[in-house]
Amino acid sequence: MLEVNKENFEAEVLAAAGPVLVDFWSTKCEPCMALVPEVEALAAKYGDQVKFCKLNVLENRRLSIGQKVLGLPTIAMYKGGEKVAELTKDDATAANIEAMIKEHGR
Amino acid sequence: MAFRECDVLIIGAGPAGLAAALYASRAKLSTVVLEKGSPGGQVRTTWSMENYPGFARGMTGPELMDRFADHAKEFGAEIVRGDVETVDFAGDRKIVRTRGGEEYRARAVIVAPGAEPRTLGLPGERELRGKGVSYCATCDADFFEDLDIVVIGNGDAAVEEAMYLTKFVNSATMIVVHDQGILDATAIIRDRAFRNAKMKWVWNSVVEEIQGDGIVESVVIRNIKTNERTELETNGVFVFVGTVPKTDFLRDHVELDKRGYVVANELMETSVDGVYCAGDARVKYLRQVITAAADGAIAAVAAEKYIHEEEGFREMVLDPKEPVMVAFWSPTSQASLDFLPAVERVAAAHEGKLNLVKIDIYKNQRVAGRYGVAEAPTMAFFRGGQLVEKVCWPTNESELAAVADKVIGG
Repeated sequence: MLEVNKENFEAEVLAAAGPVLVDFWSTKCEPCMALVPEVEALAAKYGDQVKFCKLNVLENRRLSIGQKVLGLPTIAMYKGGEKVAELTKDDATAANIEAMIKEHGR
Repeated sequence: MAFRECDVLIIGAGPAGLAAALYASRAKLSTVVLEKGSPGGQVRTTWSMENYPGFARGMTGPELMDRFADHAKEFGAEIVRGDVETVDFAGDRKIVRTRGGEEYRARAVIVAPGAEPRTLGLPGERELRGKGVSYCATCDADFFEDLDIVVIGNGDAAVEEAMYLTKFVNSATMIVVHDQGILDATAIIRDRAFRNAKMKWVWNSVVEEIQGDGIVESVVIRNIKTNERTELETNGVFVFVGTVPKTDFLRDHVELDKRGYVVANELMETSVDGVYCAGDARVKYLRQVITAAADGAIAAVAAEKYIHEEEGFREMVLDPKEPVMVAFWSPTSQASLDFLPAVERVAAAHEGKLNLVKIDIYKNQRVAGRYGVAEAPTMAFFRGGQLVEKVCWPTNESELAAVADKVIGG
């Protein structure tokens, strides 16, 4: 998965041609850590349809809040520079993320 | 479909499940723990852990849980990632299926699914979740560095989490329903909180609504004495108002109370034989790491006894083709001890046609109870797994011999 931050978020996520998934996470967020293998598995499965990125909110707090992300875990889908879908907290399960990818991928 | 067999299957790897795993695997039972996230349960998201005996300072929730997990694994317990979808506890082998499609068949199951934070159902609460509304201080504290937050709740957990948050935030305003100075939190925590300069207090009040366009901007607070409503600007709302048990998957399988907690007795036995419950999901007085661990230990020992008792009974009494004469005795019943020589003589006289099994009713209360054996001595005859004759005290040798003849002849 591609690590994005305040320097490359614009280019890699907002200006990307296809759909982009962003995993907002932090090392202090235990539910995020628990979700890592699930998201990695989805990246392996759907990596050809969706660009998978992760964003460490500890190092990019202002950017995260700018994206209206103030809670973890949050997994968001971007398309054409816009956030089109988002799953947060308990809703951020492997099954829900996969459904979001199927709906907004491509 | 392929399935995997084990002696004990534990659902949930919080402190209850991990303690159960340690005890079960140390008793040489093959033990699998199913966990949908990381081991540790709610403790995983609790930073300060200062009331687990032996770990006064410097212990955190995640670290303690890593130690629990390592300890259980040391004795051979296996922690497997899996989210339970359905259970079937009807048969001898308890069946558990995960969302990933795996199936487990276990001789005993210990359910330790734990609990999750309760939500309030306030207007704006659900919409603004992850947008400033949070139930997890360690997850989200960093977002609120130098910002102002509101905390709902005033029990131990709420006040401790708020104090953790004050390391990050500019201010934490506690909205408390009680009169000034009164908290549900215990005195030591309360006093510490009152000395914390970053904590502010709004008494006799409840939050009625959380407002904001995309992210939290304010809360509406109502004073319950005056009914006056005020709007308070804030960047975040942390809710710590207790927990609800994660027992939906157990509904219709084991007895739950009205609030969804599993009803279990002192041995952690649920309403279903061979199914035990440990930890926060159980009806109990105190929900702490130490009581969860204690539940786990008890459940594992009870499950071990259950497995051995049931297995022994099946092998020696229910499975044999030839008739079995069972002498239910008890070391505390002199009459049963006095009668055993006569039982031995009857068995010897029918050797080859009748097996004798002696069962201590005190150590095998479950089996004794199932066949209505309340007193020793009681003699019972089984054939093909079925109880065919039962002779209660008082009886004598010739009477017993006559019944034995009848059972063999029939």
